[in-house]
Amino acid sequence: MKKYLTLSDGTTFEGLAFGDHNALAAGEVVFNTGMTGYQEAITDPSYTNQLLTFTYPLIGTYGIFKNQNQSSQSTCQAVLVRHLENEIGDANLSLDAWLKDLHIPGMSNLDTRALTKHIRQHGTLKAIIANEPLTVADFNTLYPTLSTELSKKPQLQHQTYLALHADYHVVVIDFGIKQGIISELLAANCDVTVLPYTTSLAEIKQAHPDGILISNGPDDPSVYTDYLPLIQQLEACYPVAGICLGHQLLALANGAKTYQLPFGHRGLNHPVKLLTSNHTIMTSQNHGYAVDPASLKDTDLVVTAVEGDDHTIEGLAMQHMPVISVQFHPEANPGPLDATNFFHQFKQLMHKEVKLHA
Amino acid sequence: MPKDHSIHKIAVIGSGPIVIGQAAEFDYAGSQACISLREEGYEVVLINSNPATIMTDDEIADQVYLEPLTLESVSAILAKERPDALLPTLGGQTGLNLAVELNDAGVLDQYHIQLLGTGLATIEQAEDREKFKQLMQDIHQPIPASLTVHSLASALQFADQIGYPVIVRPAYTLGGTGGGIAATPAELTKIATRGLAMSPVTECLIEKSIAGFKEIEFEVMRDANGDKISVCCMENFDPVGIHTGDSIVVAPSQSLNDQQFQRLRYASLAIVDALQIKGGCNVQLAQDPHSDQYYVIEVNPRVSRSSALASKATGYPIAKITAKIAIGLTLSEITNPVTESTYAAFEPALDYVVAKIPRLPFDKFTGANRELGTQMKATGEVMGIGLTLEEALLKAVSSLEIEPQVQATLLPLNVPTDTELTTALQHPTDQRLFELFAALDRGWTIDKIAALTQITPIFLHKLNHIWQLKQQLGQGLTPDRLATAKQFGFSNDNIAAATGQPIAAIEAQLTEAQLTPVYKMVDTCAGEFASETPYFYSSFFPGENESQPLGNSIIVLGSGPIRIGQGVEFDYTTVHCVQAIQAAGYHAIIINNNPETVSTDFSISDKLYFEPLTIESVMHIVDLEHPLGVIVQFGGQTAINLTQALVDHGVHIMGTSLAGITQTEDRHQFEELLKTQQIAQPAGATAMNLAQAQQIAPQIGYPVMVRPSFVLGGRAMAVVHDETELATYVAKAMQAAPHQPILIDHYVAGIECEADILSDGHNVFIPGIMEHLEGSGIHSGDSIAVYPPQRLTQAQKDAIIATAIKIGQQVHCVGMMNIQFIVSDQVYVIEVNPRASRTVPFMSKVTGQHLAKIATKLILGQSLTDLHIQPGYAPEPDHVAVKAPVFSFTKLAGMACSLSPEMKSTGETIGIAPTYQEALAKSLDDSYHLKPVQDGQVAILDETAGQDHSLRTMLDQTGVETLVAPSTEQLAQLTPSNVWLVVNNAPEQTTATPLNYFALSSEIPFFSATETLKGILAALNVPIA
Repeated sequence: MKKYLTLSDGTTFEGLAFGDHNALAAGEVVFNTGMTGYQEAITDPSYTNQLLTFTYPLIGTYGIFKNQNQSSQSTCQAVLVRHLENEIGDANLSLDAWLKDLHIPGMSNLDTRALTKHIRQHGTLKAIIANEPLTVADFNTLYPTLSTELSKKPQLQHQTYLALHADYHVVVIDFGIKQGIISELLAANCDVTVLPYTTSLAEIKQAHPDGILISNGPDDPSVYTDYLPLIQQLEACYPVAGICLGHQLLALANGAKTYQLPFGHRGLNHPVKLLTSNHTIMTSQNHGYAVDPASLKDTDLVVTAVEGDDHTIEGLAMQHMPVISVQFHPEANPGPLDATNFFHQFKQLMHKEVKLHA
Repeated sequence: MPKDHSIHKIAVIGSGPIVIGQAAEFDYAGSQACISLREEGYEVVLINSNPATIMTDDEIADQVYLEPLTLESVSAILAKERPDALLPTLGGQTGLNLAVELNDAGVLDQYHIQLLGTGLATIEQAEDREKFKQLMQDIHQPIPASLTVHSLASALQFADQIGYPVIVRPAYTLGGTGGGIAATPAELTKIATRGLAMSPVTECLIEKSIAGFKEIEFEVMRDANGDKISVCCMENFDPVGIHTGDSIVVAPSQSLNDQQFQRLRYASLAIVDALQIKGGCNVQLAQDPHSDQYYVIEVNPRVSRSSALASKATGYPIAKITAKIAIGLTLSEITNPVTESTYAAFEPALDYVVAKIPRLPFDKFTGANRELGTQMKATGEVMGIGLTLEEALLKAVSSLEIEPQVQATLLPLNVPTDTELTTALQHPTDQRLFELFAALDRGWTIDKIAALTQITPIFLHKLNHIWQLKQQLGQGLTPDRLATAKQFGFSNDNIAAATGQPIAAIEAQLTEAQLTPVYKMVDTCAGEFASETPYFYSSFFPGENESQPLGNSIIVLGSGPIRIGQGVEFDYTTVHCVQAIQAAGYHAIIINNNPETVSTDFSISDKLYFEPLTIESVMHIVDLEHPLGVIVQFGGQTAINLTQALVDHGVHIMGTSLAGITQTEDRHQFEELLKTQQIAQPAGATAMNLAQAQQIAPQIGYPVMVRPSFVLGGRAMAVVHDETELATYVAKAMQAAPHQPILIDHYVAGIECEADILSDGHNVFIPGIMEHLEGSGIHSGDSIAVYPPQRLTQAQKDAIIATAIKIGQQVHCVGMMNIQFIVSDQVYVIEVNPRASRTVPFMSKVTGQHLAKIATKLILGQSLTDLHIQPGYAPEPDHVAVKAPVFSFTKLAGMACSLSPEMKSTGETIGIAPTYQEALAKSLDDSYHLKPVQDGQVAILDETAGQDHSLRTMLDQTGVETLVAPSTEQLAQLTPSNVWLVVNNAPEQTTATPLNYFALSSEIPFFSATETLKGILAALNVPIA
């Protein structure tokens, strides 16, 4: 069955349907350059409402595995691949069958490299997947209603996870958390309570956390302006760590600004220079927005890490306060395990604070 | 960290002559490194005894020493040059071993030379089994349990402890012979008993078997700052058990999920960190397909064949970056040469897939054991790039230059029985891929094949998909089927074989359907960053074409995979041709498919198409680029063989015309040419079958030389003495080149000579005549060649010169040619190769003239006069150069050793000195490794050599004792250091012949032709001790 991807500038790509053949898709089209980790990416809530393109041409080469989903569902709009492979993993499912179950439309046999280059040159674009190519006029008429209709939201958790031997208790403020973050906290001997970002300060305090982690999540950070006061209040009480969206929200809460990158960073090979140690590590990244360095001038935030190639901000810390954040994904899943030390740094902050208040 | 300003002059050691396991990849690495160091402003001194390389070009380093790679020789060079530093990690095992020797001998300390890159302690830690084991235990990286044993009892006890199956690896046996896998105590008893008996030190390693695990390789880099990256992860098609050099390998990995992948990546990085690697490193791992368990197999702390493959697969130049790291730069400050806008501290993202297939030499070494195991046997490899695995694999198959019928049908030449096929699937050979297809063709299920081979399902599914597409084609060629087949990499030959339709009909349908490939760029970053890399591959998947025609361009055809008879020399000539084209102001485009070489680095040409060298692939590129012409002279027989088809398609061949080429290659035209020019040639005729051959041979008079037409390196060529032998060799020749005439010539005994000639179509320039030490029955590639000639009279030289000029003029040679002569009662011409030959780099280096560049200039329209080159014979120098062959006998069990018209050597070495004696002695250092005879040493002769009275006399004059035809028991009692040399002149002898096995496994100088030894003894005039 043929499918068409139409971009907001009228460019169309023809391909074949897989996954849920009947589902339509509308949203921002982005590309990910990872060569492994499609299952994790597809279930990463940060891709909510995005059309996820894989630049690696063979997707599905090892099927679907148990215990690798990053959330209980998939909230991306669609999956775009050059070539669909039908291997099965230990979950006894192929990518195609799995996406059918998840009601996610897929499109294969399109020139993903040409699409990637188009996005690189023209910036992130809105797009629709339909059964026929659309004119720009049709696109403009259709997009607002379709994207609203098809819009998804990550399912936020309200759940506690217990570590085998807990040193600390972390409350995660959930904007669309990846399971990998929870696993890393547990592995670092932290009990974890995940609470939706709509939770009140009082409720959070009732959980008696030793530290707060602001999770990753989808969208432009500026849509969460209403929740910045909560973050400010949490900072005043606890050591706070932020990852990805959480990093951006911490920046906003402390007076900095964010801006949209031309086409984002999405992949598993992004070099990050850690300014404290002068080491460069490989990181997993998935973000379309970044913190504006110029906006840090009048804040207490200092840059702790930058991207190796475009020098965008990848890490921040607050002067005199136990607050740290990273733009990349130290929990990997998918991606390199080079940055897991972040969780230990967070633990050290909790350690100091606990001692301070002891 | 900024680069090291305390050093100014750096010595680089090359890897020496090419042998199996250490080949062109080190020319690539070495050249890249030298260029990289000079870019940073360092003075580079290069030492390598292999003249056939780009790295020994005068333009690559400031000082090039074409000298033996021995402690003595290199020490002398270091003493003279006094470099500040030595970079040994780019010259393969040879380079590393020499660095260790130099260090142990105190030479490095004496001259205050620091070692750059990965340190010697690290190298030892990685290579010493016990130290490595300890290190892995220290950093909690799992390795298969193993124990060195000296008795069967300890073997059995250890196996009980770790559980079966276990692998038995006897110590110091040739190519690991005598080992095996034991699943039961009974089997272990059998194998270990044999292994202990075969090991000269009665030692075996008993190791827990990880057979059936996936074999995964990581190419990683680390800098002095401790930053590290993984450049490429490669997955072997076959499970652990076949040397990765002999395995089909794909990149990136396919069957690892992200958790498995990251676990192995993390392990690889932890290992290079613990080893404190500075530069590139190869880590091999085994992944259990059924659990998370993995093991570290081995670490190679240097650039390697795999790193060359990874560089070409990703575009990330590992050797170049390794050199920059060696001088102190860090990954985060080195620019990524591909994007030029990002840094070397990143991990390449591929948006295509590559498949590498090894090129094994059993088409020429028919008697050798074809079974693949832990000892590498391949001489070369090809790589296919595609958007699917099917496409990448089929492109690699099209590039292999094996039996065309096999390439087209994808099935083995001989139909195996079910039993044979089962055995073949369990014991893989060079026919691995085709035997798998045969099983699919027979309807065997994936499960059955997987059970027999333990190949990961995705790979079998891909093969099965290819087979389904082929079977669909067999049901009738529809436009849809055609399009799908092309998208998945089917060549027109594959489609023709599947449909039974002629190629022309398929081409017509493709034209009608307007099916042409697009070209995609290799850019290291999957399109994320803008880049200008001129590195492309084709795909029939509909999409954007990224390759814009360059204009004012010339296409140079490369030489494909390295195999016996067509080695790195042809990559040298290809690269030189490209450089000359660029210097003349044109754009040079290379088409080639060999990932090991210099020519397939995207920085060498204006555009690189990594594609099969088939008429189909070349024509698609020609149709896109509209070049001024195509040059076929420098890509060996691979390129020459495409000439006719290119002309048929209306392509302009630059240089000697098709007519000229045919005049030298077509038997009848060639005969006619020589006859009209009154040039003598051995009496001969052609036969199409045995009956004709039997009629012709006696007329011409035995002995006769039998050979097929249009083959490489004297394949299936032999001197035949009587009618019985004739039948055997005619059959071989007919198999080597089916439906082609067999050439039968009278065998003329005499001095064999050869000359490369250069011509502008009118005048002819002969840079030199090379005289072979061995006679005309031994392939020129296996002979010791001497320049200038030592035995020819002036009259004989004059006759050769006159003949060469006549031939060059008559065929209107434009560019270069190679002519082979026998000097006997008169000068006979035996062969003309209408192209650059194996000897071009040697002669270029000896004469100091870049012959391939000059030839290119002639091809581009300049005359010899324009180039200020005096036609005729160049004045001979007052020094002498000797080229000696190097064989890889130790790698190939059961291979025939006797030197014959069929070429056997894999590499060559050079000796240059003021006198013939000195030059010859130098050339022997890295070839036959013959040293002056020591007191008490014996020379061992087989029975045939023992009957050679002149040899006996010569040996007697050296004062050495001779031992003729010793029994196996006698051999066992000999101390290898007491043996000066072994010579075996039997016509039927292999590496398994006890005498040869003894010599090869004990690294004793070994001669498989008395002629060689006699020539050497005569020349060296070895004094009586």
